[in-house]
Amino acid sequence: MTSRRTARRLRVPAGITLLLAPGLAAAAERGVNVTAVSMFLVFVAVTLGITYWAARRTRTSQDFYAAGRSVTGFQNGLAIAGDFMSAASLLGVAGLIFMSGYDGLIYAIGGIAGWPVIMFLLAERLRNLGKYTFTDAVALRLDAVPIRVLSACGTLVAVILYLIAQMVGAGKLVEILFGVPYEGAVVAVGVLMITYVTFGGMIATTWVQIIKATLLLLGATVLSVLVMAQVDFSVEKLFRQAVSVHEKGRAIMGPGGLVPDPVSAISLGLALVFGTAGLPHVLMRFFTVPNAHEARRSVIFASGFIGYFYMLVFIIGFGAIALVVGQPEYFDAETGKLLGGNNMAAIHLAQAVAGNLFLGFISAVAFATILAVVSGLTLSGASAISHDIYVNVICHGKASEADIVRLSRIATLALGVIAVALGIAFEQQNVAYMVVLAFAVAASVNFPILLLSMYWRRLTTFGAVTGGAIGLTTAVACMVLGPAVWVDTLGNERAIFPYKYPALFSMSATFISIFVFSLLDRRGAADSARRYDEQLVRAHTGIGAEGAAEH
Amino acid sequence: MSIDLLRSRIASDPAFHALQRRRDRFNAALTALALGMFFAFILTIAFWPGWLAVPLGPGTVITRAIPIGFGVIVMSLVLIAFYVYMANRTFDPAQREIVRRATAGSDPGADVQPV
Repeated sequence: MTSRRTARRLRVPAGITLLLAPGLAAAAERGVNVTAVSMFLVFVAVTLGITYWAARRTRTSQDFYAAGRSVTGFQNGLAIAGDFMSAASLLGVAGLIFMSGYDGLIYAIGGIAGWPVIMFLLAERLRNLGKYTFTDAVALRLDAVPIRVLSACGTLVAVILYLIAQMVGAGKLVEILFGVPYEGAVVAVGVLMITYVTFGGMIATTWVQIIKATLLLLGATVLSVLVMAQVDFSVEKLFRQAVSVHEKGRAIMGPGGLVPDPVSAISLGLALVFGTAGLPHVLMRFFTVPNAHEARRSVIFASGFIGYFYMLVFIIGFGAIALVVGQPEYFDAETGKLLGGNNMAAIHLAQAVAGNLFLGFISAVAFATILAVVSGLTLSGASAISHDIYVNVICHGKASEADIVRLSRIATLALGVIAVALGIAFEQQNVAYMVVLAFAVAASVNFPILLLSMYWRRLTTFGAVTGGAIGLTTAVACMVLGPAVWVDTLGNERAIFPYKYPALFSMSATFISIFVFSLLDRRGAADSARRYDEQLVRAHTGIGAEGAAEH
Repeated sequence: MSIDLLRSRIASDPAFHALQRRRDRFNAALTALALGMFFAFILTIAFWPGWLAVPLGPGTVITRAIPIGFGVIVMSLVLIAFYVYMANRTFDPAQREIVRRATAGSDPGADVQPV
């Protein structure tokens, strides 16, 4: 594909061409995959229709943030699964498996391992205690102003890191399929995402997520079946073929490459499990259901779908090795690298097993996935700014409905611009790895504060805020000084912090300092314990929880 | 009856605290099991990666790592299913009974929806 040349010719209007028929015709002339492009446009059109429909139903802030609390457990399960199965899962994990074999699967396995924790410790209590964001539950126990500022910071850092990963995935995908330049593709995704969220809020985001999750599960199932058909439905044959063509040979069947030392392995494991349990956009979904029982049902369906999907990723990842490696049309003739980078392994696999039509379908699904996740993330970032900071810190809970929704929309716009800029800066990173950085922040700030506020009577505001701030600083410092940013993005010679995964250090820093500073804080202890006792009945029974209508 | 009164009645019911202690212990045990399983897997990767890379048999390239990885996913789902079974079967009815007792005696138009 002559993507370089087309790239230059389309430079200026790239973001807009994506949405317009003339651009499509021009793209077709250059031999771009018309099927794929058409499927893209159909998805975009359908979801914009949903956004229009949802916009007319979004009247109050409860509609905007919590879809009026009218989502069922099954729908919410699909939407949560949709939030969780991001570009990182389909493109990133398959890409990691493609690159280094079994190590990629650690990401998939870690992705499911966080769900039992959410189910057993968090989901039901969170629904009973919260309103729009997980911080609401924490603010019942601790002083609202400092804790909301801190949680909002943790949420925003995690959301932005997560957004970068999605932007990189989307940019690469659109670059490959349309031949538009990477930067233009990222801008186009940014424009669409801002549209969905600002106009449709949580109602639109939920429905886009449900459609996308269904498409993704369907697409991954068909792709896996087609892969297995190529190897006569023999798992042995699939792995044998993968081993015979991969440059690392049998090494791809065991762990090793991505987690070179014990510290990295443990750190990655911690980030995956506890990060999942602290992802703000996933936690936020528990407020869209009417009660704790539906929250429980949400987790069953979500984890079932996610578990099923990750089992398919086993097949897709190794299938990509077995069927794409050694096919010269998927590799750059000069550099010998996979076209579009390793993140595109699953996309090439679709073409290898079923040709252009299926390539179009999988690409559209992958793009849909990214758009939906990006919308969910942005909404959660916007709610941290407007609900946590503006309403509860700046206005002390006395803001008008119109102001809140307007500010959320402005916050969405700002987040979109930041995501686009950083998405361009981090072009070369693996998307699954970027997501792990987001997980590390969620595991080091959101998760410890939420968990301890619900279970530790002796926790104080001073302890939680100091500990959370130390954890957040540690996580961000380790990341910036670590190999991915300090060396790969900023171009320095050597990393100051040697490990790729900060979670082991930042999570320990958070928990230890929360314990120490809470125990040192004798003055805050009595008040905090009283508020712990007060919320206990509500936490367990849901009596007095935020209901389906605003009082 | 106001929500506050109902809550304080429940809070002073020893059965409520006994039930929650039982639930918390059950949840903690399941969490420990799930995390223990996952970190056993992670520590094996960290310290004995070679053990995982041993093929299952002489005639196969499939290593121990593959069924073990699959097993971690399946077991996580099994634990979640077991939790839901227990919650629906045992804990929910017990809790409803406690809330019902606390609500009893109030006027029929009580604005409280026990969950």
